[in-house]
This record gives sequence, C-alpha cells and structure tokens, in this order.
Amino acid sequence: MKHRILHTLLLCLPAFASHAEPKVAEKVLGNGLKVLVKEDHRSPVVVSQVWYKVGSSYEPNGITGISHMLEHMMFKGTDKHPAGEFSRIIAENGGDENAFTGRDYTAYFQTMAASKLAVSFELEADRMRHLHLLADELKKELEVVTEERRMRTEDNPQAKMSEQFSAMAFTSSPYKNPIIGWPVDIANYQVEDLQAWYQRWYAPNNATLVVVGDVETLKVFALAEQYFGGLQPSELKALKPQTESPQLGVRKMTVKVPAKLPSVVLGYKVPSLKTAGQEWEAYALEVLAGVLDGGSSARLSKELVRGKQLAVSAGAGYNFSSRLSDLFELEATPAEGKTVWELELELKKQITRLQQELIKKDELQRIKAQVLASAVYERDSNFYQAMQLGTLETIGLGWQKADEYVGKINQVTAEQVRDVARKYLLDDHLNIAYLEPQPINPATAQKKAVK
Amino acid sequence: MRVLFFSIIILMVSQTASAAAKIEHWQTPQGSRVYYVRTEGLPMVDVQVLFDAGSARDGEKFGLSALTAGLLDTGADGWDADTIADRFESVGANFGAGSSIDNASVSLRTLTDKPLFDKALATMQVILAKPRFAAADFEREKNRTLAGLKQEEESPGDLAKIAFYQALYGNHPYAHPDSGTLKTVAALTRDDVQQFYQQYYVAANAVIVIVGDLSKAQAEQTAESLVKNLPIGTKPPALPDVALPTKGTEQHIEFPSTQTHVLVGLPGTYRKDPDYFSLYVGNHILGGGGLVSKLFDEVREKRGLAYSASSAFVPLLRPGPFLVSLQTRNDQTPEALKVLHKTLADFIAQGPSETELKAAKQNITGGFAMRFDNNKKLSTYVGMIGFYELPLDYLDTFQANIDKVTIASITDALKRRVPLPLLQTVTVGKRAK
Repeated sequence: MKHRILHTLLLCLPAFASHAEPKVAEKVLGNGLKVLVKEDHRSPVVVSQVWYKVGSSYEPNGITGISHMLEHMMFKGTDKHPAGEFSRIIAENGGDENAFTGRDYTAYFQTMAASKLAVSFELEADRMRHLHLLADELKKELEVVTEERRMRTEDNPQAKMSEQFSAMAFTSSPYKNPIIGWPVDIANYQVEDLQAWYQRWYAPNNATLVVVGDVETLKVFALAEQYFGGLQPSELKALKPQTESPQLGVRKMTVKVPAKLPSVVLGYKVPSLKTAGQEWEAYALEVLAGVLDGGSSARLSKELVRGKQLAVSAGAGYNFSSRLSDLFELEATPAEGKTVWELELELKKQITRLQQELIKKDELQRIKAQVLASAVYERDSNFYQAMQLGTLETIGLGWQKADEYVGKINQVTAEQVRDVARKYLLDDHLNIAYLEPQPINPATAQKKAVK
Repeated sequence: MRVLFFSIIILMVSQTASAAAKIEHWQTPQGSRVYYVRTEGLPMVDVQVLFDAGSARDGEKFGLSALTAGLLDTGADGWDADTIADRFESVGANFGAGSSIDNASVSLRTLTDKPLFDKALATMQVILAKPRFAAADFEREKNRTLAGLKQEEESPGDLAKIAFYQALYGNHPYAHPDSGTLKTVAALTRDDVQQFYQQYYVAANAVIVIVGDLSKAQAEQTAESLVKNLPIGTKPPALPDVALPTKGTEQHIEFPSTQTHVLVGLPGTYRKDPDYFSLYVGNHILGGGGLVSKLFDEVREKRGLAYSASSAFVPLLRPGPFLVSLQTRNDQTPEALKVLHKTLADFIAQGPSETELKAAKQNITGGFAMRFDNNKKLSTYVGMIGFYELPLDYLDTFQANIDKVTIASITDALKRRVPLPLLQTVTVGKRAK
C-alpha cells in the first residue's frame, strides 16, 4: 500500500554500455490518456498497468479510504461484463492481475503472455468509463474491506502504531489519514459517494497506461488507440493543495496495544522530490537514508544493532516520491533490557552527528555503488520498471525522472547531506511515538478430537 | 466479444515459451551437484548454495538450523560482520543466508563486472568455508532471534501456523517452527552451532545454482571455488516418513484479536509425488488461483466473509502441508468454517466441471512463461529442480504434465490424499460469548 519503490534506479553508465538501457516511449492520445512503453525482450511476457491520479491523499474527511473501496468495486462489473468476469477472462488467458491503492495513486495491472495484451486493454478500457456500481455488491464488498482492515491494521500492533502516528504528525495534510480509511468512514460509504468519486477521477485524461515487456512500441500505441482512443475525457476539477501547516514544536504520543515488544518511531517533516525547493535536497535526503539504513554496513545496523547492541532492529526511510511533503522516519525495537528512551536518545545522536560531521568518503562511495548495481538488478523485473514509471508520472514529476536518478545521486556531496540534515531534521519538526505493549492474555489452547 | 481477442494478433511476438531454459548439470570434484543456466541481457548473476540442512535437521534443538545460517555473515576468517557487510555492499552485491524446513540457503546477487564479481564471490567463499561463530556474535543473534519469537506471539496468524504444523506433524521433524521456540533457542550453545555447521555444510551435501550472465567456464570455476575449501563429508540420512494423523482434531487458541485465523488441513504432497500435477491443478481450482477459485468465490465474493481465502499444497522432500486458510470477524467463525468445509467436501466428492478444468489449464499453461520471466524467478525454479532432484526437463514438460490431468485424476488423487475425517483444524481469535 505504501511503497518505497524509488530507492534506486536506472541509467546506463559507461561500464554497462553494452547493456544499454532500453528507452521509454511516450504518446498522448487525443483524449488525454498518456501511454508509456518500454520494450524488454528477455521473455515473451508483458505487464500492463493503468494508473489513476487519485488516492487517499485526494480524499476529504468523511469518505477516507474511498479510493481503495472503489479499487475493490472496479472488479464488480460493467455494461458488458458482469461482476467477476474481468478476473475470469484474465485468468483464462493465462494472466495474473490485481490492483493497489496508495496515498497518491490507484493502479490496476495484468501480467500476461505478450500476445494477450489486447485482452487486458479491452477490459481496462471498458471499466475506465463503464463501471456498474450496485448497492448489493457494495454491501458485500464493504464487509471484505472491513475484514481487510482488521487483518492489516486492527490486529497488527506495528500497523496500528503507524496509523496513529501519521494521524498525530500531520495537521492539515491528507497524509494524516490511513489509505484504507477510518472504520467509521468505511462503514458509511454510499453508492452515490462511490459513483461521484468514479465520475470525478476515472477518465483517460487522468490516467497513465504503462506497458513493459516483449512488445513493439508502435503496435502498443496502435492497440491503445484502438481500445482507449474512443473514451470520453472528463473536465478535471483542480485538486485543493492541502499543504501541511508548519509544525511548532515536538509532538509525542504513546500507543498502547496488546503486544510483546516495545518500539519507537521518530518522524521529521521533510520535502519530497516533488515539493523540495531545490531538487538536490531530495537526492541528498535519499543518500542520508542510505547512510543510516542502506544495508548491513549502514550506521543503524553497524552501531545500534551490532556495536552497542541497543536494538534488535533499527531502520530509517525516506519517501522520495511522495506527492506531498512527508516524514523522514527512524524506527527501532530495543534489545532485551534496553528502553525506547535510550533508543530515542541514540537515534537523535545519529541525527546530530549527521548535522555536525561530514559523512565519510567510503560511505558515499558505497551508496553510489549500491545505486548503480540496483539499477541493473531492477531491470530484471518488468513489474518494478513499470511501477517506477507509473509512480513518477502519477505524482506529477514525469517518468523522465527515472532516467536522471543515478546521475543525480552521483552528484550528491557529503556537504549536501550535512546541509539537509541541518535544514530539515529539526527538533521542532519532530514527531515521536512509543509503542507500549499491553498484556496479551496467556494463550489458552483447547484441543479436542472430532468424531 | 471474447472470440475477437483471439482473432486479433496485434503483436507479432516470437513464441518461444516451449523452450523454457537450458539447465546444465554437473558435479564438482568434491561431489557437489551444480545446476547452471546462462541468461543474457543483464550483467548480473544469482548464485545460491543449498544444503540439506533445514529445520528438519534441528533434532531436538529447534531453531538451530536458522541460527546457524543467520550467523554465517557475522564473521569469517579474518573478517568481522562490519568488514563482511562492507565487502559486499561496496560492490553493490546482495548477500543472504537463511533456512526453511528442507534446506539452508546461502545466496548472492552480484554484477558480473570482473573486479566487483571477484570480490563478492571471494567473500561468499570464505563465509561458507570459515565462519567464526564468535561468542559475542552468537549471543547477539540468539537474543535477536528470541525477540523475533516474542514478536510472533503478537500475531494470531503466526500462532495459528505454529499450532497447525504441530497438529499435522506430531513428532515428525516438520512439526516445529523453523526459527525454534523461546525455550529451545534459549538453550542453544555455540557448540551446537559449530557442530551443526560441521555436519551439514559439507560439499557432498551442497547443491550449487548459478543463473546469470556467466560463461560455462566461469560457472565451473565459480562452483568449484565455492566448495573447494569445504570438507567432502556425507549426505545426511533420509528424513523419516510422515504418518497421517490418526484422528481429526479441532484446536482453539484464545487471543484478543478482532479476527479469527482459521487453518484446516493435513500432510499433503511431496516433490516427486506421482499425484503432484493432479493435486496441483485440483488445488488451483479449489483455492490456489488467486482472484478466481471456488473458495475465493464462496467465502469472499458471495458472502464477504474474508479478505483472503485460499488453499495450497506445499510440496517438500516429505509430504508438506495441504492447508486451507481464511481470516474472519470473530463472531462469523462458525459460518466461515461451515462454508470452508462444505466447499472442500463438495469439491473432493464431485471434482471440477469440464469448464473449470479447462479454465484452470488455460490459466496455468497460458501463464507458463511468467513463472520464470526473470533471473530471480528462474533461479528459484532451478534451485528447486536441483535440490529436489527433479528431471532437468521439468520446465519443458510442465505444460504437458498439466494437460494430462483429468477430472478423474483430480478426484481420485484428492479422495486418497485428503481424507476429510482426519482434517486438523486450528482457530486463533476471540470466541464469541
């Protein structure tokens, strides 16, 4: 649901000149649908993804989670195909399919033998404009989504903490709401709400079609024109900005849930690539995340988990490709006999050090080597490549950013990493949550033989 | 409408799906089996070394296999954990070591550019041959394992899985969780780890898998260098047979969750099972087909009782579990169980319809190329073929084997292999009052 996909990327550097990166081709249809194609002929398969510019960060209060609910309803039939038939047809054609909703996007995908791409296009084009939203189907699917929420959030201490944490950290930003929605909102969706949401956002001029695999670009463009070209565009109303109000001091909370291990999470308000005043700041924050948590040789593993043995696990993460400003997060679970307070102190010391000392040359080199290698590894997956293009396009940065990534990371200096630490990782913009475990009644097992 | 799709051949793609992958196989002078596939297009390689040293070899020391694998990269020869991590990460390589029920695996993904590849491979070689198992590393990793085991107790899903395996396997080595229990892990010693390593991490017990952009000669050198410093040793004796439980049981574990996790099943199928393809296709229709299956339809699509409802056969060296699983709001548990049991019983009694069988075969064979459409997936398949000693043409004959399955072969296999009165049921959640 919340993907950190843009950690690393692609670019052909001289060492790999013989494995030149395939180019992305772009075409915008007359109705505004943007089509992106990347050929990869290693295997006779294709992934096709339709990305809509809508997600939980587009939602007003009262209907939080409606983008995700609509994602579920998109499998419930159209004029041509009754409920369930979409999935049945894809399956019969040897395909895999699913969909996912994030804060900034809703996306649908099929992976199939490359010769079956038309099957996917026909069905996706059909449900882009001709969805049937029926009260009976909604009633059942509401139960499914409620079960999904129970499974993902209600019965998962870490997820519960994370949800509470975002709700505290953000004031006016819609990132305060969970992607799946608040329970009371889920329970009260009406068919009209979903209809309005569908009408407002599901249109060719609010979507991007991404195709990666064993295809010929021009033929994909022709096929897209054939199936999607006749769809009517919508007049899109501008989205309200809902930028976050400045935070005026540290915020702390305790989350008490049945659990066995305590943990702590720290989140500083930082810009993303989209919102950074100067682009380099986002790349420097990306490197900073790598210094702390770019593998087993990074500082948190080396110093907190192994060196001082304060934590059994520790991590840091930066959402480089968020549409709105976001949190730079650090989280850790204390080792036996250590406390969340000790960890909080230690994590803050790590930040202070980044503000005072330049990172070492070999740390910077290591991150650059990892980014370069990942750029090759990621090309092993069509799906991942499509995800990168879809995400960048959908948050409004443009897919071309994917090609710039390795080069921009390579330009980051130790001074820039120190500078973003000084500028953004400030106590007054810090949010902290402690997970305080509550007793789980000792598990009582009852066993009986049947029959 | 659908006829149209088949008549439009928009994309003139070379259909080479039938020639899956050419797997080359040989033995190193030390007796390790090697499986190699050359893939081109990306300057990278995936290397795995698999040992018959999974949790099934733990004996009474549950968690020993996992802790041994986890300690490998914490120190080797003259290097400590920091140095090892630096050596891999400075060349952008990804190293991993872990264990599952049947095997321990040590894996490396690296670029094939010579200086980078050489450094990564040399590091892996030393880790395999000269792990330190230093006292401080042992204590730390053991404590981290214990913390992980504690965390499992927060999760109704994890608790259900542990109880389910115990119910299915009793005293068999498949019964215990691969990461062990709080009690058994707390009792592990450094000597245990040393001994486990010495007994099982030997050349005769190793399977080497190489998939990527390396020539045959490079692959031969790579394989040999990985095991040349290991003692030859011997393969462990075969695992005991799995006996079916003698009677059906129902077990409930009370837990303060909003959902009840339900697992129902029995020991099922093994890798070389003659019934394997019939059971595989049958299960695909019953609950293995993702968004299209009988269980998904009955539990989720028709009744909205769960977010996920599925079934699976997990084939291992010995019969791994057949399991049907779902999670549902606590008070709906009896209803969900009823639907689950009826769906399963009806399917075993009647088998699939012609239409269902045809659709399932179309899905499985039509999506065949997607099973190994990148290096990662292919490497996993080749590892499975190598470790379980399946025929080298397993992938080439896969579609034909699927096509051979009939309604009769499915119902026949399911009736013999899933005796309903012996089903083991585990529920974890809050009982409705």
